[in-house]
Amino acid sequence: MQDLAGDPDPIEIGPRLSDQLELHGISRRGFIQFALGLTAAMGLPFGMAGRVLAAIEETQGRPAVIWLHFQECTGCTESLLRATHPTVESLILDLISLDYSETLLAAAGRQAEQALAESIARNQRRFILVVEGSVPMRDGGIYCKVARKTPQQMLHEIAPQAAAVVAIGSCASWGGVQSAAPNPTEAVGIPEAFAREGITRADGAALPVITLPGCPASPYNLLSTVLYYLTLQKLPALDAKGRPLFAYGRLIHDHCERRPHFDAGRFAEQFGDEGHRQGWCLYKLGCKGPETHANCPAIEFGDVGGNTWPVGIGHPCFGCTEQGVGFHKALHEQAEVESVAPPALFPDVFAEHPGGATLASAALAGAIGGGALVYAVGAGQRLRAAEAAEAARSSAVDQPKTESEPR
Amino acid sequence: MTEVYRPLGGRLLTREFYFLGVIVLIGAYFTLRRFLFGIGAVSNLSDGFPWGIWITYDVVTGTAIACGGYAMALLVYLFNRGQFHPMIRAALLTSVFGYTLAGASIIVDVGRYWQLYNVFLPQYMNLNSVMLEVALCVTLYTLVLWIEFSPAILEAMRAKRALRLVRHGLFFFIGLGILLPTMHQSSLGSLLIIAGHKVHPLWQTPIIPLLFLITAIAMGYGMVVFESLYAAVHLGRRLETDLVSRVAAVIPWLLIAYLVIRLGELALSGDLAYLGRPGREPWLFALEMVLFLYATLVLLDPERRRRPTQLFWSALAVVLAGALYRFDAFLIAYNPGPGWHYFPAVGEMMITLAIVAFEVMAYLFFVKKTPILAVAPQTESTLTARASYPEHTTMRGASA
Amino acid sequence: MNIDRRDFLKVALAGATTALTAGSAVARPPRELPPDAVGILYDATLCIGCKACEVACKTTNALPRETDPALEQAKGVQDIWDASRDLDSRTLNKIKAYAQGTAAVKDRDHDGYSFIKRACMHCVDPNCVSACPVRALTKDPVTGIVGYNPDACIGCRYCQLACPFNIPKFQYDKPFPRIVKCEMCRHLQAKGEIPACCAACPTGASLFGRVSDLLEEGHRRLSFKPGEHQDYPIHSLDSGKGRSAEVRGYYPHLYGETETGGTQCLLLAGVPFENLGLPPLGPESSARLSETIQHSLYQGLVAPTLLLGGLVYTVYRRTEAERHDDPGAPTAIKEERRHD
Repeated sequence: MQDLAGDPDPIEIGPRLSDQLELHGISRRGFIQFALGLTAAMGLPFGMAGRVLAAIEETQGRPAVIWLHFQECTGCTESLLRATHPTVESLILDLISLDYSETLLAAAGRQAEQALAESIARNQRRFILVVEGSVPMRDGGIYCKVARKTPQQMLHEIAPQAAAVVAIGSCASWGGVQSAAPNPTEAVGIPEAFAREGITRADGAALPVITLPGCPASPYNLLSTVLYYLTLQKLPALDAKGRPLFAYGRLIHDHCERRPHFDAGRFAEQFGDEGHRQGWCLYKLGCKGPETHANCPAIEFGDVGGNTWPVGIGHPCFGCTEQGVGFHKALHEQAEVESVAPPALFPDVFAEHPGGATLASAALAGAIGGGALVYAVGAGQRLRAAEAAEAARSSAVDQPKTESEPR
Repeated sequence: MTEVYRPLGGRLLTREFYFLGVIVLIGAYFTLRRFLFGIGAVSNLSDGFPWGIWITYDVVTGTAIACGGYAMALLVYLFNRGQFHPMIRAALLTSVFGYTLAGASIIVDVGRYWQLYNVFLPQYMNLNSVMLEVALCVTLYTLVLWIEFSPAILEAMRAKRALRLVRHGLFFFIGLGILLPTMHQSSLGSLLIIAGHKVHPLWQTPIIPLLFLITAIAMGYGMVVFESLYAAVHLGRRLETDLVSRVAAVIPWLLIAYLVIRLGELALSGDLAYLGRPGREPWLFALEMVLFLYATLVLLDPERRRRPTQLFWSALAVVLAGALYRFDAFLIAYNPGPGWHYFPAVGEMMITLAIVAFEVMAYLFFVKKTPILAVAPQTESTLTARASYPEHTTMRGASA
Repeated sequence: MNIDRRDFLKVALAGATTALTAGSAVARPPRELPPDAVGILYDATLCIGCKACEVACKTTNALPRETDPALEQAKGVQDIWDASRDLDSRTLNKIKAYAQGTAAVKDRDHDGYSFIKRACMHCVDPNCVSACPVRALTKDPVTGIVGYNPDACIGCRYCQLACPFNIPKFQYDKPFPRIVKCEMCRHLQAKGEIPACCAACPTGASLFGRVSDLLEEGHRRLSFKPGEHQDYPIHSLDSGKGRSAEVRGYYPHLYGETETGGTQCLLLAGVPFENLGLPPLGPESSARLSETIQHSLYQGLVAPTLLLGGLVYTVYRRTEAERHDDPGAPTAIKEERRHD
């Protein structure tokens, strides 16, 4: 994805946060802890915490964010609002200028639409477009109209002016629950909508799209993405589906706390049985962890202590982030296990065994063979001498006889 | 013609004897380790190669080498070649120790030796098993050999009564002593049939028992020839070239039969094509054939047969060829699958070497101290002379 | 030639008579699968390589952990505890992986990978049972399980030589060793339970059941089309539990149906079986050939007895003189003929 640090017109951030800590009743310690947590969640080295802190505290100017809602349940917005450190989160939100959000906007109707148009005009090519919800492609998108406009129309108008697009939630990433069979509205995610509608940036370059799937998306992933940009002035590394690698680079299976139970073959067979009570692996109950990319086991939800994620509380993951898994496979259906590199961890069909020749044994065998050969040759030579002696003796014996016999 | 058997005499505790003794002691050390720490502690035997040189050499090849008694019994008692009778005792000496020590190496080789007697218990016997037949047959034959050999010991002990008793019943044991090796020398080959594809097609065949039997008999004659010449070279005994040459004359016919049957069977089954495939097996096969052919060609020629050196090398060739045939079938052309390797370990080789050394030591003891070797045939002119060994006739510097 | 023609003919005739009057050379009939024989169907396309079966097997058979000496030597350290790399005297059941090229796709031969479970195949006509001289390895007449009795075993390791799959393992590192191999958890089956590997398998890759039923199940699966969803039973055919999964596509062969006379443990896979380390075996067990040859020669010890009779008589006639000699005098033998 594009590195916006090279953008000639970098986005600026608003008033210093450090001045407002006391006002909002946040201790400096609590604030630093929060920043450190987010640094870790982004997968940045511990030493960079200082830079993350500085970015939050010191940067100037607030980027404008336009938040569109299409076919969605608004869960992503709600989860952002329900974060357990509301004061700090809202501070982060204070770092951005949320110019348009149908959920949070005080205004309504024409005033709301006017605010949208003004924000776009004022922040040409410098605002972040956050999209929540999928785009219905059937019948031109008439199944989701806001202010008489279809999502396609809105995207054509707004998206080309944006600096970057964040598709938050599974719906915006790949279609989410609306795309479950039979997908009556032909719901697709933003990346696909852009491809099918041919939407690019105003100057023709491709629009950078970050997808943050999840149902709901973890608010911390959004916050981390924003903070990452603020700190480093560039987008985090993304995978082929536009997902930040720091959050979606691993399978849940590969950092699940119940993995040792999977490896040892300890499975819960039914909800409430002995294995379930012991916290054993939920694979047999249909956990999709082995084929789902997300960081739920690491950052969890709700910030209320340990194990606050589905598997942690005893319910199998259903693969909400993963297209083709969430809302597609049955809850009880066993997942495909996409191990990282299985053959490297397994013995080969033909194992090598010891037992061949060593220097010592080869030397001994050689010595025995050599000794036997020398012995045999020696014996052969002695025999030859005996043979010669015998021949000489018999010819000596013969001669007198022939002499005495009459001819 | 009457025969007289006398101890060879001479010093037993020579330098060579002590050297053999040292080898036996080293082997005893490794044998102790085997019993204290397990077979793996001294050998390279593995699950892929469960049988190594202890079985392949000590048992399979060793008993074939010890077929001298059997081969001579065939000649003397079945084909009524009485003039070879004087050679039987010496052949029996090798046989008796060859088989007894094969039994000893079995005790070292099997893992649960304390239950080895289970093969004799009817409630355990599996009549389908080739191994059972081999075990029972070899055990019984070892007993028969000791009985056949006992006259030599009884004569040395001057136990007249016992000697008479033994002589009366000996014919039965001689008969048994021809039947039993016929059975087990062929069955030693049959052991491999169940290994199926693990034995290379150039060796695996349903007629393997016949091939093993023929080569065992040939090796028996080869050893008789070899030992007579050995006694002449190292023990100062006279060369009995005439007799030995006649024994050797049997060998090429056995080998011709073997070669015809072996190659014929390979051609008929289509396995001859394996000679053209890559790998070391065609070369091993060729080496066997070369050794067998060399022995055959030399021993077919009456001129060459009269010369001790030719007899020596061709007898050695027969024994080596037979040994190589067995090593190939059991060990070298045996392939359990990729990843398995076997080369005898130092401890393994020392135990085998010790057993061979012990056998040589026993041979020397008996030949020198008990009446094994027959004296020179009494002719008219020498009847009055002392019946003794003309030690000073041929060999200079003879020792051991 | 020294051998007398008359003598030679006598002997040859005697030998031929014995051979012909000996037991018939009819091949021993192949062994039949017992009707209630039980076995395990392993489906490599369902296997996820979790190795729960290896762990369960070790637990139920109380087998020790093992160190990995090769790895220890390579790293220059001691006591690396890891799963073994092959079946051995502490491991009765092994999951191995076959990888080709990039090994990107499971159950595909080219640039793919597959798992394979190796353990005793519990043959219908076991070579090891035929080979063992003391019946330490026996086949249960009802269940067909090949079991081991250490009280009979002499440790000759003929069973290791005989097994076409190299299954029986031996405790070479112990002074009082025994043979070790999978016995299909017969101690659990006696209590009405199923083998531990099948009980532990989460995906139904290891499936327990009657062999006749498993053969049917195997053929049913061979008729599946890749990509379609099918129901697969887990643990055992009659467990009542199952799962639905996408069919990955089978290599069109049920291994063990005919190999070496048939085996009670059957295999299905997505790749050819020789890639998975299974030997190419014909439909005949070599035990059959071995026993046929052995019995043709020695059935009822008829031929040996006849031969012995002839031999003893001949030798008796020829050693007449020896028996009547004074033991003090040198031994003598009556010469019938003398040839030069």
